[in-house]
Amino acid sequence: MNLKKWGISYLFALPYILLFLVFTVIPVVIAIALSFTSYNMLQPPIWVAWDNYVKLLFSDDVFLIAVKNTLLFASITGPVSYFLCLILAWFINELKPAVRTFLTLLFYAPSISGNVFMIWTVLFSGDAYGWVNGVLMRWGIIYEPVRWLTNPDTLLGVTILVTLWMSLGTSFLAFIAGLQGIDATLYEAGAIDGVPNRWQELWFITLPAMRPQLMFGAIMSITASFAAGKNIVSLVGFPSTDYAGHTVITHLMDYGNIRFEMGYAAAIATLLFILMLGTQRLVQHLLRKIG
Amino acid sequence: MKLPIYRKRVTRSPGGDLAALVILVLLGAFMALPMVYVISSAFKPLNELFLFPPRFFVRNPTLDNFKDLAILMAESWVPMSRYFLNTILITSLGTAGHVLLASLCAFAIAKHRFPGSKAIFNLIVLSLMFAPEVTAIPNYLTISFLGWIDTYSAIIVPAWASSLGLFLMKQFMDQMVPDSLLEAARIDGAGELKVFWQVAMPSVRPAWLTLIILSFQSLWGTTGSSFIYSESLKTLPYALNQIVAGGIARAGVGAAVALVMMVVPVTVFVLNQRSVVATMGTSGLKE
Repeated sequence: MNLKKWGISYLFALPYILLFLVFTVIPVVIAIALSFTSYNMLQPPIWVAWDNYVKLLFSDDVFLIAVKNTLLFASITGPVSYFLCLILAWFINELKPAVRTFLTLLFYAPSISGNVFMIWTVLFSGDAYGWVNGVLMRWGIIYEPVRWLTNPDTLLGVTILVTLWMSLGTSFLAFIAGLQGIDATLYEAGAIDGVPNRWQELWFITLPAMRPQLMFGAIMSITASFAAGKNIVSLVGFPSTDYAGHTVITHLMDYGNIRFEMGYAAAIATLLFILMLGTQRLVQHLLRKIG
Repeated sequence: MKLPIYRKRVTRSPGGDLAALVILVLLGAFMALPMVYVISSAFKPLNELFLFPPRFFVRNPTLDNFKDLAILMAESWVPMSRYFLNTILITSLGTAGHVLLASLCAFAIAKHRFPGSKAIFNLIVLSLMFAPEVTAIPNYLTISFLGWIDTYSAIIVPAWASSLGLFLMKQFMDQMVPDSLLEAARIDGAGELKVFWQVAMPSVRPAWLTLIILSFQSLWGTTGSSFIYSESLKTLPYALNQIVAGGIARAGVGAAVALVMMVVPVTVFVLNQRSVVATMGTSGLKE
């Protein structure tokens, strides 16, 4: 290592890297280490080897519900949101610039509007004053108000809908940018070579040309789909009826923030970490096959 | 009917265009519905808020909800201006520090390519692949170990190290700042700090505007409730949530609050939309 040559580079990079290590890299290592202990923040951690994992996987029924809900939730919101981002960006890209700018804002705005998603609790309010109930009752589809956010049969569905509503975020913008960056001559060449319709053009020209953005968007969408928890709690409360809206993140918050069983919570975090990275790997592998 | 299509291509059929437009309109309506409802409700008088059957649009718009909000804010035990200043402080310090530190590091990684920079960048990409909730517990321990509980450092300093900002900045510098430009400045005798500040930074304006927006958005909405206990240190979103938590009687004020909280980040984005899209254009991952 040549300090004279690279000194200034390290000086530039060091402050950020130091913070990144302290707040992202080391915490992952600590979480994994803590997951093999029993730790309540008052007494020093006690080594318990695999106990936390054994308890989680074999005797914590609520955790299994959380895993089931998380997988269901992520396997719907992740892919649906990803394809919505892609399809909408693709449609929008062919519109006139002013319309395109307006629609980009319309679709992106919910993801940056913070707590505004709470307005859905008013729309889906469980009494007859709720707008959805009001409309459905006027149309004669239901005869008494549905308690959308407390009924275990409907609450996960409503949270999925709300999550999709606010999921057109970074991936969506990345796709719009990716589409705008594609060389127009590629399309002309494709038309001359006899690409017959928009779907073949999408598959053989557009998607391969924006593959880097597709990879980036996939990472962002997958992370977001597994991270749902706080917003669900805001919508359906904690604990939700019959744990119907309970996710791995809610379980983590329960043991970490409420019960202070930090070792057990760390084991939940570690399993979630493995689940997310595993899914990322799998999807990256699939995306390489496009086109 | 003339469809608002920008470029006509041979692979496009009129039927397909129409179908695409119908899907756009339907999804657009779904996206806009809650937004319109927030705006409409914020201007509803009390008797329209509790109408049966509920009506979507406001009939006799009034500013009562905003007046009530102003009264509630004036009556609050800690003056509302205090919460507002707290949020401004957290947002501006957090954003400024993040943009500066992330840009410096991104510059060194993208343009110096120092030994180890690839490994560090790979770690940063890896960190985009999991949710920050995974590290929440160790972070809480770290922050209490540093003695930062109930101080703004607990919110501001971790925000400096956000990995998405560094990732976007590095990608943009990689693709948009030619090495020759920097080399020319160095030959003219500029030091590395000057090259960074006067050559690289002005040419990555879209990227740092994007970093500002992303950081602003996440900090603007922060309640900080897991680290901040003192009432006078709490943030605007926290205080506004408390007002809304007043229950059904606050439905109108709640909508006014939602509108206020929404307007700021949306306006910031509108003003910088082109920069953000330009930055996302370089966000792609090779492989």
